[in-house]
Amino acid sequence: MVEAKIHIDKVSYAYGENWVLNDVTLDIAPNSVTVFFGPAGGGKTTLLRLINRLNDLVEGTQMKGRILVDGQDIYNSEIHIPTLRRRVGMVFALPLPLPGTVRENVLYGLKLAGVKDRSRLDEILEQSLTQSALWDEVKDRLDHLAVALSGGQQQRLCIARSLALEPDILLLDEPTSGLDPISTRKVEDSLFTLKEHYTVIIVPHSIQQAARIADKAAFFLMGNLVEYAAGTELFTRPRKKKTEEYVTGRFG
Amino acid sequence: MFAQKQAQAAHADWREFVIEALIRVLGFSTIGFVLLIFLFLLREGVPSFYKVPVSNLFGTRWYPNFDLFGTLPLLLGSVLVTVTAILIALPLGAATAVFVREVAPNWAREILKPMIEVLAGIPSVVLGFFGMHAVAPLIRGTLGIPTGLTVFTGALILAYMALPTIISVAEDALDAVPKSLRDAGLAMGATQWQTIWKVVVPAARSGITTAVMLGMGRAIGETMAVMMVTGNAARMPLSLDSLFRPARTMTATIAAEMGEVAQGSIHYHTLFGIGIILFLLTFLINLAAAATIFKKRRRGGLR
Repeated sequence: MVEAKIHIDKVSYAYGENWVLNDVTLDIAPNSVTVFFGPAGGGKTTLLRLINRLNDLVEGTQMKGRILVDGQDIYNSEIHIPTLRRRVGMVFALPLPLPGTVRENVLYGLKLAGVKDRSRLDEILEQSLTQSALWDEVKDRLDHLAVALSGGQQQRLCIARSLALEPDILLLDEPTSGLDPISTRKVEDSLFTLKEHYTVIIVPHSIQQAARIADKAAFFLMGNLVEYAAGTELFTRPRKKKTEEYVTGRFG
Repeated sequence: MFAQKQAQAAHADWREFVIEALIRVLGFSTIGFVLLIFLFLLREGVPSFYKVPVSNLFGTRWYPNFDLFGTLPLLLGSVLVTVTAILIALPLGAATAVFVREVAPNWAREILKPMIEVLAGIPSVVLGFFGMHAVAPLIRGTLGIPTGLTVFTGALILAYMALPTIISVAEDALDAVPKSLRDAGLAMGATQWQTIWKVVVPAARSGITTAVMLGMGRAIGETMAVMMVTGNAARMPLSLDSLFRPARTMTATIAAEMGEVAQGSIHYHTLFGIGIILFLLTFLINLAAAATIFKKRRRGGLR
């Protein structure tokens, strides 16, 4: 077995006294698409946000356990958080273009990181928009305002924005929840090409989507990891009763 | 049973009607009062525009006793004091709003917000008093100038008065920036400061502009404190050192002279004329503020 890219080790997490993750342990393989799925309130999004320390600014939380990325404990006090977040990109449920043009949106993170070389920026701009399957649609309006794009385009723009930082890991939190089926298809297609270069973790917005894209799938229920297996296995021959009930639509 | 319910319903309808009519009358009367005040201002003020020759009215000398009604020094005095005040208040107000909204921990925010709102409630005469007896001597002493009652002193006091407005409106604007936009900034490896400066503040830009406009509207219309601390000399503030010399604003002129003027005289009408100019100025500022808000809405939210 290949060494795990991300090792989540006995993680529990609470907002105040409300524990939303209970003793979760799982390994995530590099260059794969891993799906976190389950009914609302299962702790999927929280776990995603823990992997790039986005929950640091939320007050009144407590955490137990460790998260290792490439064998390194990311909650170690020596970790430089902005650097970690550049390695672990994240795309959110709602497409949220930043103020400014398409070009500014994509290159935003790089500018912050201090990249100034014009030709390098242009190269990354094209590359990340191509990877997110948006280049053909926007190549003639790179200097238009990003808010003028359609919802589906905005979401792919947000993906491109994360890709421009050339992360190792890409976290996607219901990236297609606000999109029509055609845009959804385009985003899913781009995920297939992405996993050649990235480790992708995604919270899908439906079981069908989970089944379509998962290399491995983790089923979460009330903060507990119920079952974790290869996608082909988990969606066809689930071993746990709860998983079977949820996958076949009997509850949830 | 049925008839009884009908009677009850009719009774309820009647009450509805009375309450509605009452609210309508009260609502319209407020608008009516504003209109009446405006008409009164026009009636008393417009004569100055044809009784006083234009060259005199917009001349550089305001000596009503010698029939010199030059409003220019007053207008420039108001503008200079207000603009200086805003230049002081804008960075302070925006920084405070960012601090309260983005940086301060929850408990500090709970204390700071009501304190800032209390600031807005300090009577202007109290601030004027403070300006006269605390700020003015300080400025006279530090700069070694003949009097501490200067444009700059007035601007400091006015900036202080405009601050609560600027802070609370700017803070609301920052608050309206979706939390997920902050997350997006952070997720791209921006530090907290970069996220505030490059994502949150630009997203709230139009709201912050509105805050400044409203603060400016408050500053330009302020009378008492300004009258107490700017020295009230109606001179043209043209040289560079005007900032540290006395000046006189439109509001102070009206307040100081209206009590002693013969009703119906040219001087009287001219004071109302100044009122009209002031009204137009504040109206334009408010219009500009409203236009930014409108633009923001039309562009679909915060961007």
